[in-house]
Amino acid sequence: MNSLAYHEEFPVERGDFGAAGEVSAKIKRTLKKLGFPGSIVRRVSVASYEVELNLVIHSLGGKIVADITEDDVTLTIADRGPGIPDLALAMSEGWSTASEEVRMLGFGAGMGLPNMKRNADDFDIQSEVGVGTKIMMRFRADPQ
Amino acid sequence: MSKYYHSVKLDVSKCVGCTSCLKRCPTEAIRVRERRAFIIENRCIDCGECIRTCEHHAKIATTNPLEAINRYPYKIALFAPALYGQFKDPEQAAFLPDALRMMGFDDVYSVATGADIVTVAIQNKLRQPDCPRPLISSSCPAVVRLIQIRFPELVDNIVDVRSPMEVSATEARRKFCETRGVEPGDVGCFFITPCAAKMTAIRNPLGHETSAVNGAISFLDIYGLLSGLLRKHKGNADFAHSSATGFGVNWARTAGEALALGVDDALAVDGIDNVIRVLEEIDNNRLSDLVYFEGLACLGGCVGGPLTFENMFIARNRIRQLVLKLPKTRPEARVRPETMASLGDALYFESPLESNEEALRLDGDRKTALEKMERAEQIRKRLPGLDCGSCGSPTCQALAEDIVQGDATELNCIHLLRERLRYMASQMVEMSESTRE
Repeated sequence: MNSLAYHEEFPVERGDFGAAGEVSAKIKRTLKKLGFPGSIVRRVSVASYEVELNLVIHSLGGKIVADITEDDVTLTIADRGPGIPDLALAMSEGWSTASEEVRMLGFGAGMGLPNMKRNADDFDIQSEVGVGTKIMMRFRADPQ
Repeated sequence: MSKYYHSVKLDVSKCVGCTSCLKRCPTEAIRVRERRAFIIENRCIDCGECIRTCEHHAKIATTNPLEAINRYPYKIALFAPALYGQFKDPEQAAFLPDALRMMGFDDVYSVATGADIVTVAIQNKLRQPDCPRPLISSSCPAVVRLIQIRFPELVDNIVDVRSPMEVSATEARRKFCETRGVEPGDVGCFFITPCAAKMTAIRNPLGHETSAVNGAISFLDIYGLLSGLLRKHKGNADFAHSSATGFGVNWARTAGEALALGVDDALAVDGIDNVIRVLEEIDNNRLSDLVYFEGLACLGGCVGGPLTFENMFIARNRIRQLVLKLPKTRPEARVRPETMASLGDALYFESPLESNEEALRLDGDRKTALEKMERAEQIRKRLPGLDCGSCGSPTCQALAEDIVQGDATELNCIHLLRERLRYMASQMVEMSESTRE
């Protein structure tokens, strides 16, 4: 484990469209200041924006935790529910439970989770109905 | 990187060290230290927001005085179409070329004509199968610099066609030399500019080594002279035979470029803060269907430039009305293939644009940057979070980073200073009481 790490926690509230996107914008600014390559910054911001919006739209609220070391960026996300009944289905492109209201806003195309997985180097998701969903995404700073 | 020239400068004698410009700068490129402002050179994009906001007129744009044209035996004025919007009577404004000739220019070229040519070049780019989506306009130099600093991943989306100003200079000089039989070096091309960023783009061209333009003269500097000459003009203007199309003239205002291109999936945004917000969306892949993005640093487009005289809304409306009188011919029908062929490579960038993300980094070394970030975070937690700017840095976060970089101390914060004084005063009281006989 790298001893030098930047750690920051961001709570995200359910239905808070007013603040949606602020967390990913903050993480993006931080990575730019730290001098991460543009391609990594872009992948992290796309994935973090997706997960932030997922928390706003689908969850009962939760938080995004960013751990940044010299070598990688890890985002750990945990929500307070409701949990995803069929993970395999949720991970398939085009599948969404978003309401018509949310779709009107341009979200809910069912690309969120697949998009996160595509952009992260490591991706892990665990979910339990009635408990909540946990996602871990890791992005390596230098392509191997 | 060689020393970068900026048109936007500070007049130290007028600066009172207030926080107006500090808070408006979109790239946090200003600091106030020792009662005066300083511009952080590698962050400044010459957008001119500080010029607009400074009540003391301490922020200035360096342009050339009119006399500078006398350095050349032959002088050509290239005027931005936004200049039409500066004068009340469109019939009189149509005589701008004549008025500019009376001011000492041998020839006058409307940059709206250059905009017609650039329109066709961009249309050709858009037809190429490997054209990036969205293609981003290169016409506003402040927005191009902004992308180089804040959106390095989008630099390759910027269209590699030179600006209407550059293309106009090349074309105007070629024509002049052909008809008059003079040497290109003897011809000075001067852009009549509504903004500082164009002056900077002449000194540090975007995507090519040297500019075909020799200098820039501010709208404001010649406004009085021009309006006087125009007032004397009698007669009816011949709008039907304008060299430029209405589409070319429309480049003076927001969405004019997109309209000229005739692209449906285009988005035009003006005002530097709005441009930043939409670029964030593009950077996050949120606008993947977009074909063309036109971003202009000034509200209203070039008619809202910091060196314009007339109110932006009024000027913008005049451009709209003028366009109605001009030929409806589309640029691709007007610009001759021979013109495109003779310009050739002079239409395009010589080398790809580079990004300048270093300007925002805490350190070139990622490990050191992390250490600094960590220290800045500890400092930021002690700061009041008011972002008042009294310390001379635009936000508490910026002050924390400035402290880590050695450019400020915690006592620059007047709130922390007050706390410290209160603590020291209470200690003095305590000491005096404990030593009382």
